[in-house]
Order: sequence, then C-alpha cells, then structure tokens
Amino acid sequence: MDDDDRVFRALADPTRRYLLDRLHERDGRTLTELESALAMTRFGVMKHLKVLEDAGLVVTRRSGREKLHFLNPVPIRLIHDRWIDKYTERFVSALADLKTELEETG
Amino acid sequence: MTTMTQNITNVHQVFIRATAEEIWEAITRPEFTLKYFYGTRVESDLAVGSPFVYRAGDSEELLVEGEVLESDPPRRLSVTWRFLYDPELAAEGPSRVTWEIEPQEGGYCKFTALHEGLGEKSAEQVAGGWPYIVSGLKTLLETGKPLAG
Repeated sequence: MDDDDRVFRALADPTRRYLLDRLHERDGRTLTELESALAMTRFGVMKHLKVLEDAGLVVTRRSGREKLHFLNPVPIRLIHDRWIDKYTERFVSALADLKTELEETG
Repeated sequence: MTTMTQNITNVHQVFIRATAEEIWEAITRPEFTLKYFYGTRVESDLAVGSPFVYRAGDSEELLVEGEVLESDPPRRLSVTWRFLYDPELAAEGPSRVTWEIEPQEGGYCKFTALHEGLGEKSAEQVAGGWPYIVSGLKTLLETGKPLAG
C-alpha cells in the first residue's frame, strides 16, 4: 500500500473523518477527550487513531504525562498539489466559494 | 484582548527523501526559501540569540522577525516568530517555531514543523500556510523543482 492509499483508506470511514473534524475544531487533544465525543470503546477509538496515524493524518506528541493528538493536513495537501496546480487553484477555489455562498443563502 | 488564548499549537509533518543536511540547508538558506516559502529570503547566522528573519524576495521589507532559541544542525532549530506583515497578527504577539529533522531508514527523514504559542488569528493564518510550505519543501528537495506556479 503506498502513502496515498493509506490516506484514502483512512478517509473512507465516517468515524475517522469525525475524529479529524474534532481535531480541526481544536487541536492537541488527548485520547480521553476524543473518546468522550464518540459512543465507542477506548479500544475502538485507539484503532481508528492508529489508522489515521499510519496515514500521517494524525501526529502525536508528548506533553508531560499526556499524549496529544494533532491533525496533520500535509498528506491531503500533497494529494491536492498532485492534481491541482496554482493556476487552476484560483478557479477551483472560486467555484468552492460560489458553492458555499449558494448553499448558505439558498 | 486580555483573555486572548495564546497557546494554540500547529503540527505539520512529512517524510522527505533527502538527507538531514539537505533539509537543514533548505530551511536556513535564502536561495532555497525563495523557491518554497512564499518567495521570501531567510536571513540568520543561526547562533543562539541572533536574529532570524524573512524578507520579501524583491525588497528589504521584513515579513517575519524573531530570534534563534536553539540551533542543533542538522537536527533541530527553534526560533521566536513575530508576524510583521499583518497588524492583526502582529498584535497577537510572538509565537515559536521549531523544525525537527529525524533521519529514518532508506534515505528518508521525518520532517516536522511545530508552531507553538499561537493566538487564534495567527493559528488560522498558519493553518493555511504551513501545508503549502511543507509540501513545497518536499517537492523542491525530491524533484529539484518548486511547485507549479
């Protein structure tokens, strides 16, 4: 399995995307904090975090006695850079803005 | 203003197919930062306590200003960081950036850019910037070319 496969596999699961959303909201959380946001056993959450770590989407760092989890968006950026160059990016982001605006007002 | 949280940490990590020395040069020499760090030139003699700044590529304008806290070539560099290009970010006060380079098996290094002590506006700003910079650094070192554009 190459790096991109790991990223796509990790993202192909709603619980793992939910965990990334929580970290995007506030970074640097402990397992206990992440666990409290999910109706799932500690072991289940750990398994999902392991898949996210293997894909490089979550990075852990020690802070005293605590292990903190951080969202690492670089693998997603690398996938983005592979297919979207700087010139097309402007059009893509304009379309994304338009979609957001229409959906919010509509 | 007094209740502002100033303790947000951002972590950006990637594996780069390069030696620790090559990555160290790419972080600390202006001819490299010009190609992946928003066209800026880094300037520092890297001695602890010395200034560490980024200037605009085409002028002497200072964009980021700080000083070297820790320098352990080619493994670890830590600097203070003040945004000068945006008054709102500048008002949030200084933060701290640490680069860690950890050689792995097979000609790779694990590269981590850690940005600590960020205020909310600065955190939002760097969340968009670091992925682009780190991805650009990897591309530059692995292909010899900057990202398209």
